[in-house]
Amino acid sequence: MSKSTLVSTTVNGDAVEFACPTDESLMTALRDRVGLTGVKEGCGTGDCGACSISLDGRLVCSCIVLGVEAEGRSIETVEGLSQNGVLHPLQQNFIDHAALQCGICTPGFLIAAKALLDRNPNPDESEIRYALAGNLCRCTGYDKIVRAVQATAKDMRKKGRS
Amino acid sequence: MAHNNSYVDKKFNVVGTRFNRPDGIDKVTGKARYGADASAPGQLVGKVLRSPHAHAQILKINTSKAEKLQGVKSIITFEDLPDLTGADQGMADILENCMARGRALYDGHAVAAVAAIDEQTAAKALKLIEVKYKKLPHVTDVDEAMLPTAPIIHDRIFTRGVEPKPTKPSNISSRTEMGNGDVDAGFAAADVIIEHSFKTEQTHQGYIEPHACLASVNPDGTAELWVTTQGHFVFRNVCAGLLGLDIAKLKVTSSEIGGGFGGKTHVWVEPVALALSRKANRPVKMVMSRDEVFRATGPTSSTSIDVKLGAKKNGQITAAVAELRYQGGAFPGNWAMLGCMTAFACYDIKNNKSIGWDVLVNRPKVTAYRAPSAPMAAFAVESAMDILAKELRMKAIDLRLKNVAREGTLAPYGPTYGPIGIEDTLKAVKAHPHMRAKLKPNQGRGVACGFWFNIGGQTSTDLNIGVDGTVNLAVGTVDVGGSRSSLAMIAAEELGIDYENVKANIADTTSLGHNDMTEGSRGTFSSGMATIYAAREAIEVLKERAAKTWGIPLEDVSWEAGHAVATGKGHGNLPKLSLREIAAKSGRTGGPIAGHNEVTADGAGMGFASHICDVEVDPETGRSTIVRYTVVQDAGKAINPDYVEGQFQGGATQGIGWALNEEYIYGEDGRLQNPGFLDYRIPVCSDLPFIDTQILEIPNPNHPYGVRGVGETSIVPPLAAVGNAIANATGVRMGHAPMSPPRVLAALDALDAG
Amino acid sequence: MRVSLSSSFRVGNDAEATLEVQAETIAQLIAFLADKFPNLREVLSSDVAVSIDGQIYRDDWTQTIPVGAEVYLIPRIEGG
Repeated sequence: MSKSTLVSTTVNGDAVEFACPTDESLMTALRDRVGLTGVKEGCGTGDCGACSISLDGRLVCSCIVLGVEAEGRSIETVEGLSQNGVLHPLQQNFIDHAALQCGICTPGFLIAAKALLDRNPNPDESEIRYALAGNLCRCTGYDKIVRAVQATAKDMRKKGRS
Repeated sequence: MAHNNSYVDKKFNVVGTRFNRPDGIDKVTGKARYGADASAPGQLVGKVLRSPHAHAQILKINTSKAEKLQGVKSIITFEDLPDLTGADQGMADILENCMARGRALYDGHAVAAVAAIDEQTAAKALKLIEVKYKKLPHVTDVDEAMLPTAPIIHDRIFTRGVEPKPTKPSNISSRTEMGNGDVDAGFAAADVIIEHSFKTEQTHQGYIEPHACLASVNPDGTAELWVTTQGHFVFRNVCAGLLGLDIAKLKVTSSEIGGGFGGKTHVWVEPVALALSRKANRPVKMVMSRDEVFRATGPTSSTSIDVKLGAKKNGQITAAVAELRYQGGAFPGNWAMLGCMTAFACYDIKNNKSIGWDVLVNRPKVTAYRAPSAPMAAFAVESAMDILAKELRMKAIDLRLKNVAREGTLAPYGPTYGPIGIEDTLKAVKAHPHMRAKLKPNQGRGVACGFWFNIGGQTSTDLNIGVDGTVNLAVGTVDVGGSRSSLAMIAAEELGIDYENVKANIADTTSLGHNDMTEGSRGTFSSGMATIYAAREAIEVLKERAAKTWGIPLEDVSWEAGHAVATGKGHGNLPKLSLREIAAKSGRTGGPIAGHNEVTADGAGMGFASHICDVEVDPETGRSTIVRYTVVQDAGKAINPDYVEGQFQGGATQGIGWALNEEYIYGEDGRLQNPGFLDYRIPVCSDLPFIDTQILEIPNPNHPYGVRGVGETSIVPPLAAVGNAIANATGVRMGHAPMSPPRVLAALDALDAG
Repeated sequence: MRVSLSSSFRVGNDAEATLEVQAETIAQLIAFLADKFPNLREVLSSDVAVSIDGQIYRDDWTQTIPVGAEVYLIPRIEGG
């Protein structure tokens, strides 16, 4: 077994340390070393977006980032979306609009949708669809997902939230 | 207590409204646990060594070097999976599919497996296993496999259904024929006859979650399996049978499932994980890679279909014939037979005949994919209907309405239809505003119909009432699309209480009787029926407790809107007792209050749908873009309309992917060239518009609420809806799906040249 | 009662399209057909369903067949 490297990082606001081999993906490190199984593996090659996380504010597929690349950086996963037991408006709208069926792609979509709304609080339908084109869903046909994001954008603009 | 499954028309309080699903919170917070999300102390990682050849004799497997690698705890081959299947050839095929027995039958076929302390060690161990192969000639195309010169895949297969009985083995496992009337007379009476041939390529269900399980076997023959599956009870029975375990001693827990669509109705790594665990005496976790999922699980058939239709000038179809050739992978299947049953099912054609050929090829063993075999048959027949309509100078929708099947029509596979919804969906399509929307240049509109059976199956359900009046509902059908919400709604409806007071859970195999898989659109239908009956049993108990409390005869108690009410002479002054009040006293009136039901829920209604598709074809690139799509489908009774719409939209999207881009590409060497989501292109968010849906409700007479299964039918019409739209946009008839840009461009070029 | 057989079940035997059968339940029907047409025994044990008045029964062989019902022997359907 190759030697492990100690990685110090911030995950969902908390200081976290883990050890992983240098050839291990961040996705595997987050799932198996840190225990955050909300990050899902759909393909392992960056094609499906199920492993989407935010790395220093940038949307990435964690399966094609190395665990050791997280050193000194800040990570957001689906587990960090709700605060103090209150769901993020995206999470609430996904439930309210039935934007999930099996739910395996949902964590990735929530992270990707948040990344969109963080930089563009008023996206039109086309902008939403292209921003989410890196996340595959096989159950919903994307219809209710897009509606949930539209509703969230509207809700958040009303509340003046970012 | 005997139960009556006949439909009763009534007003609902809970059913038919839109409630948020109970498992939603766990799924949006990442708490929900899927197949790969469980771990056990001391667990090992299991990995499979797979054949790189499409067809090869396995001369020798040398595991000695791998065994010596530090960290390797067990290695298995077929010798660790003795054949206990007896005379059951179907089970023997499953066993051989899970682990090759002397011969690799397709690229990716499992040959050996290891369990080691971590992923890296397991991967290293696989590289140290030495396998000596002798390559054999292979065949991967369905038509080529039928030729007398094709390499024979199993010399034990003699074609069933032909006379005289064949003496030479064949790749054709069976011939099926069904139909009614006299097609020769029908064609003789026709004014117009059209014929066309079609081909569809192999597709995969494409669930985003790969197969995964955690297996733990103890030396005393007890075992546990955590697995992503569409049916944990069936998996239990199959794994127990293959490994020689007692059914009651193998506890299978279904994780949340990240998509199945028929592809998680069979075992692949599960028996392997159990065998590795048994040998190592430690838990073994196995998660398939995406590459393995494509190469070595259960995609759908590729097909080759010929259709001939004859009609009078007024549009009445006098004869219809289809010949359908379906490959089932390297083991026999009944896929062409299913295609025969569905091909002409939407229509009333007195003289019809379907001939099906089930064929073996060196590809993975085909498994069901959402209305298995129907989408391909519908692509052929619904495209042919448009070709015929054009010849007759009739509107495509009017030709369908003129020949539509109704209650009393003879189905092509024999029986007479009860009340069905195909005419209603066609009329709804004709009246839909989508049909009048203006089309722009390079755009075309197509319509198509689809049909699928829904099935019932064995179901067991437990309903338990807590002392605070809240209810636990334990069901055994895996929740693939939100059925927990619908089942809780049904229980609340029957008991007369609020939806929030019912919690539905999927129980493990030790807690309920057998439940068949969630497939055939049966989840809500059958567990719903069992839930209704279990609730009615519980109501009888509640009434008995009220009777005892009041000291009056049971016949004088009725159940109304969640309360026991004393009826009859002299009881008028007795105040109603709510479910909560009765439950609170249950400890003193006879113990816990429950209702239970086992039912084989036969009588599932049939699901019919009609779709409208607008497509824009780019003449320079051949790329087709869906600009508008509408699904009209009969749901019988929509328990939760949000989730019914979701099924319509999801199925339609899979059909659109199948129509436009998805295909397995095999090389000359018989190896799969595109086992990944980059080159196996499923629809993405930017490919699609919003998908409009219209739910029709023609009650199923054999379900108390009129429910019909909805999950599958919506994948059936899209291939032809898209094909017909492309034909109307370009003048070109595409007979080969997927109708990908290179194929469309080649057809457009040919049209220009010719 | 009269039962109709899908044409694929009539290959290799001399079965009529419709035949007269003494059977009150599906189990009795299956047993009668297996006895009369030995070449169908394998298929009858696992690959068939029975339609009674348009309603398809795949599993419960104790189901009674009402007098005068329309009965068809059809292939067993599988879903996805």
